[in-house]
Amino acid sequence: MKGLISIYILIPGSSCIQPNEVDMSSPLMYGTPSSRVEGTPRSGVRGTPARQRPDLGSVRKAPQVDLHSEPVAVASEPNAGQRLVIWGTDVNVGTCKEKFQRFLQRFTDPNSTEDENAGLDLNEPLYMQKLEEISVVGDPVLNVNCRHVQSFDAELYRQLICYPQEVIPTFDMAVNELFFERFPDSILEYQIQVRPYNALKTRNMRSLNPEDIDQLITISGMVIRTSQLIPEMQEGFFQCQVCAYSTRVEVDRGRIAEPAVCRNCNNTHSLALVHNRSVFSDKQMIKVQESPEDMPAGQTPHTTVVYAHNDLVDKVQPGDRVNITGIYRAVPMRVNPRQNNVKSVYKTHIDAIHFRKTDEKRLHGLDEEAEQKLFTEDRVQTLKELAAKPDVYERLSSALAPSIYEHEDIKKGILLQLFGGTRKDFSQTGRGNFRAEVNILLCGDPGTSKSQLLQYVYNLVPRGQYTSGKGSSAVGLTAYVMKDPETRQLVLQTGALVLSDNGICCIDEFDKMSDNTRSVLHEVMEQQTLSIAKAGIICQLNARTAVLAAANPVESQWNPKKTTIENIQLPHTLLSRFDLIFLMLDPQDEAYDRRLAHHLVSLYYQSEEQMEEEFLDMAVLKDYIAYARTYISPRLSEEASQALIEAYVDMRKIGSGRGMVSAYPRQLESLIRLAEAHAKVRFSEKVESIDVEEAKRLHREALKQSATDPRTGFVDISILTTGMSATARKRKEEVAQALKKLIQAKGKTPAMKYQQLLDDLRGQSETAITKELFDEALRALADEDYLTVTGKTVRLLA
Amino acid sequence: MIHINITDLWLSNYLCLLDVLAASQNNSNSGWETKAVEFFQDQLKERDTHTLVPSLNDVPLHYLKPNSLVKFRCLIQDMFDPEFYMGVYETVDPSTKTKMLRCGKYKDVTECGVDFNSRNTVTAERQTFYCVPIPGENPWVKEISSSCLTEARVVPSTSYAPSRQKRSYEEDDDMDTQPQKQREPHAGPHSPSEHHGNGDCKRQETEAPSSQTASASHLDLNFPLPGEKGPSCLVKVYEDWDRFKLNDTLEVYGILSVSPALSALADEKDASSSLLDPAESMETAEEQRVHSPPASLVPRLHMLHAKPLPHNNPLLPSIPVLDKESTLTVVILSSTLSEMASVREEILSYFTHVLLGDALAAEYLILHLISNVYSRRDVLPLGKFTLNLSGCPTVASYTERFYQIIQQLVPSSHYLAMSLQNMNQMRLVPKKDYVANRLVSGALQLARNTSLFLDETQLEQGQLDTTGVRNVTALGNLISWQKVDYDFNYHQMEFPCNINVLIASEGRSLLPSDCQIHLQPQVAPSHLEESLSSIHMHPQASSQLNKFRIYLSMARLLDYSISDEVTKSVEDDFVDMRKDDPQSISAEDLHRMLVVARLLSLSLGQTSLSRDSWLRAKHIEMLRRSRMEQHKCVNGNEP
Repeated sequence: MKGLISIYILIPGSSCIQPNEVDMSSPLMYGTPSSRVEGTPRSGVRGTPARQRPDLGSVRKAPQVDLHSEPVAVASEPNAGQRLVIWGTDVNVGTCKEKFQRFLQRFTDPNSTEDENAGLDLNEPLYMQKLEEISVVGDPVLNVNCRHVQSFDAELYRQLICYPQEVIPTFDMAVNELFFERFPDSILEYQIQVRPYNALKTRNMRSLNPEDIDQLITISGMVIRTSQLIPEMQEGFFQCQVCAYSTRVEVDRGRIAEPAVCRNCNNTHSLALVHNRSVFSDKQMIKVQESPEDMPAGQTPHTTVVYAHNDLVDKVQPGDRVNITGIYRAVPMRVNPRQNNVKSVYKTHIDAIHFRKTDEKRLHGLDEEAEQKLFTEDRVQTLKELAAKPDVYERLSSALAPSIYEHEDIKKGILLQLFGGTRKDFSQTGRGNFRAEVNILLCGDPGTSKSQLLQYVYNLVPRGQYTSGKGSSAVGLTAYVMKDPETRQLVLQTGALVLSDNGICCIDEFDKMSDNTRSVLHEVMEQQTLSIAKAGIICQLNARTAVLAAANPVESQWNPKKTTIENIQLPHTLLSRFDLIFLMLDPQDEAYDRRLAHHLVSLYYQSEEQMEEEFLDMAVLKDYIAYARTYISPRLSEEASQALIEAYVDMRKIGSGRGMVSAYPRQLESLIRLAEAHAKVRFSEKVESIDVEEAKRLHREALKQSATDPRTGFVDISILTTGMSATARKRKEEVAQALKKLIQAKGKTPAMKYQQLLDDLRGQSETAITKELFDEALRALADEDYLTVTGKTVRLLA
Repeated sequence: MIHINITDLWLSNYLCLLDVLAASQNNSNSGWETKAVEFFQDQLKERDTHTLVPSLNDVPLHYLKPNSLVKFRCLIQDMFDPEFYMGVYETVDPSTKTKMLRCGKYKDVTECGVDFNSRNTVTAERQTFYCVPIPGENPWVKEISSSCLTEARVVPSTSYAPSRQKRSYEEDDDMDTQPQKQREPHAGPHSPSEHHGNGDCKRQETEAPSSQTASASHLDLNFPLPGEKGPSCLVKVYEDWDRFKLNDTLEVYGILSVSPALSALADEKDASSSLLDPAESMETAEEQRVHSPPASLVPRLHMLHAKPLPHNNPLLPSIPVLDKESTLTVVILSSTLSEMASVREEILSYFTHVLLGDALAAEYLILHLISNVYSRRDVLPLGKFTLNLSGCPTVASYTERFYQIIQQLVPSSHYLAMSLQNMNQMRLVPKKDYVANRLVSGALQLARNTSLFLDETQLEQGQLDTTGVRNVTALGNLISWQKVDYDFNYHQMEFPCNINVLIASEGRSLLPSDCQIHLQPQVAPSHLEESLSSIHMHPQASSQLNKFRIYLSMARLLDYSISDEVTKSVEDDFVDMRKDDPQSISAEDLHRMLVVARLLSLSLGQTSLSRDSWLRAKHIEMLRRSRMEQHKCVNGNEP
């Protein structure tokens, strides 16, 4: 009986036609009450109980029209004799079933990228393999990608979208027949249910309109609230108080008609409902809100109610991003018997058929597929045209934050950061993921619009986070555990770094951060993960985020006589994790001033349209970046890798002439990332030598700014990698040697006064010896176990 | 055929008209509806009829006739989900079994005997906005706009007799024959004192009951600012709802619906039907209360037409419907532009007096009051001018009196005492409440060009808690980027705003500002008290006040441009200044000077920058900076 209901209601005026009046040969009669007969062997279609599908709306029916006023909806097809189509549709059950079975048996998708299909032979019929899986696993759910149906049979797809309520049960029938034909011995808990997903009808909640009612739709959104489980009665069980005769009554449009007369003993009003023998199904209300990316500016997000049934209950949690496939419903407000007029408003909801979490890791493959629809063909065309332009790199970089003047190289650096490198997986060789994100640090005088640049980037990328070093704590960046006020359970609340996974985390006032906070960045900026061990929750979260940080010099003004490290007082361990470090300084040059003035003045009087002519639209830029990030993953060409090797060797050479190391593997990695990003800007699948050239240039520019030793004027990478320039280190050694000589010259004096030793050394040396330098020399000698310093005395060790 | 007697009908009962039309053209229901709406909009455009329409802002709800045409000056506080309704439906008379098509548009409740299974039912979509009166609207605005109304049309606000319906028809006829009469109050600066006296007694009469309804309600009407009064409204929008944005200020013309059935439905659902139907009990009680509050408290308004309000100053000539701002400028130019310079003098001397004899600070105050974010370059808002008035005397509640004066001059404003308690407890940023499914408002959800007065002299020593830090950050963001990040629990959403922030503090404010000026009272400390009280006592003739009000609102609406020559000379100036001393002027200073120059020109009624104004801007900037340095020297520990 159960299997019948969903189909049964499709017959117009079923309330007036008894089942046995319908032609028994009709496919509509599939799943007659006899299928519920107990005692038959539990195999084969007839033996496996069908499970009701409240998601297809057996509870509330579509408006019906009585048969008497309407022509009987039986269409005759000349070639196949009399054939029945379901009333109000053009669906012929037999044809539909056949088509679907053919689809199942024949459809292959050799280019499938879905994770779900991993392990399946892509050249064999896809869904037959899935059926085999069902027979092994015993989970009687078949997920069907609507796009597959569409590419196989567009007509079938159209029917599925327009009449899901009729077509899906037909699919169910088809799949069960096929299944039990193939695997006659398998035992399932209930009959297989088909769950279509990825309907192309609708993507955005905002675009739902009355035409979508009763159609199959897919929308994306974020779950904001889930209700408790609601048991919904599907079938009432009544027992006669007099003769103990029992009867079952189906729910019809949300109501159960209590039988007034017992059919057995003819007593009136003797039947009573027995709750624990009635059949209930699970139901849950889920509120879904538009995802913030889909929303037009200046509007509030829309919400939609979704009902989940049976095993879909509790599949999603608040905060999950999901794609929901289901049937859109509108129900008129209940007619109140005591009131004549009703509110003219419908209540709308979606009966969920399929959930797909978009933020779950296993779905990354499809995620990209979903994003594809963000771009219309026209848009892709525009983007490609743009990419084909020879000066696209310059164009894009000047479109970046046009209100900020010049700093071309910084903008270029940030542009490359926005695109990012290619993600590589070395986990099989034990190295784990390779960082693909480019990290950038901007330092410079206050008021050089660093914050503005950060704000711009934050507004540009979909998953950007903006924090200020002053206002954020370590937990604010990583994650914290709190008690959920509603459920009283401990929940993990993620912080800025985790939230900006796959995006950019902008950290302003980087230097104001406490050491504690900064230390969490070490892991994020190289390994791209975050390990958390708090309140019994131990986990590792992904934080594949690019960091764009801004720092102010310690003395309010940048001191050109000091190194970068000395100016911003950040540990070199952290600094070396930045691919590019830029200085934003006031150039103090007349020509620059003039251009700046012109730029600012025009900012204030040019109209919006004039500006747009000059620069790319922010939206285009956004799309361009999103497109490149999704589709382009350039690989190094032979030529490019040679160029990279050369570049690296050159960098090492520069230093070796002066006896210092000037490049480390980290720099090589940076170069690769930058070159890849540059290739992405060009929409090129191959990294070529021009990409390497630009990467080299940019990297050199940044180094020139940040790693120039103020004492010698040379670029010295060790300033960033070890926190001290090679010259400074050399000098330290010289002083230590001089000191050693001095002490040795003094002969056998086991202990000396600290101050006197300093004075002596100063007297001997030609250059000024600072107290710090002296201390360092002492420490160096102490490390050699030559002497020890205790308070104000210096003792020689044996 | 349509234009028979509609002119008389449309004002009072638009719905009757619709039904008449629906009945007459039963089946071909395509064209008539658009025609009717078009007709109505034409009516509003052609004649000054909008003054004839009673306003929900001024007339208490229970004096308005249900299903009549009303207007409402409001701010979109929240946007609910779109709803589907029966656009056209069929009713069956139970006794005669005759079927009839009916129109469900502009109505909340259907007629009896709806046939749900009819194939003629057309489902349509509409959007609901939750609208509140413009937050912080000052009393003088309400007074004047209601008195304008009463003068033009005595009926709606004064004739509270139940027999009103008939009389209003007659009145309409009167109006039709002599449309000149209504235009009068807008012809020019009418003597407002008359309005005043006239409106006052009526206002008392009208206000009393409305305040009563507000206080009697147990319902949180979700006003952005505490202590606000007035009706809030659920506005149903039938087309083009995408063009409205949150926090837009509108004048909505629509059909008032206060059917008691609405509230009855809501009540009943709470009580009984939740047991019957589990699906409907899914809406929590809170959500019910918010989304279908009793119509007596929150009336429904079915929008026929909405006019965006670029300002809410009732003294300015109202903008012709559907006209662009450029035309407005032309209108203003001809009439009052010439007077602006002289009014500026007056207002300057008035402010100098208020600011204890400090003319420079007064100058900056004018610039601040006419500032306006006129454009945004990517994230950078242009034209904002947050003023930090430091050195405010803490005696004799100077700041509060100062605010009262500002309140008298700007259409909407809000005083926010930055006391520790306020900062730690107030809800400044709107937050989405998912249980009730609404946006819970906060004090920073303000209409454009609202003056926000931050009184930092109220700040005492103590500790800010988490809320406090968040509130201060929100204020900082508001000032620097002119945006507020609304809290949607799972994510934040950025809403641009356009709020004039004035910070009064003792020392330099802890918040950022575009411009800081230290107050230098010319009054000896001993006379401070005296001088302060004289400000308050100083009775400004209300005609004078009105002149100031018009001046401030108008200067803000003017267009502005810079010619190429002036651009050149500004650039030269900048280069020269940098040549002498690169430290003295940074790009940021140039930004500020350009804003000052812009505002200075506008305050003088000049729509393009002249060399003189640029020099003058440079001059007052220099004065201000030298004062700041001076102050720094005196008070070494100042940052």
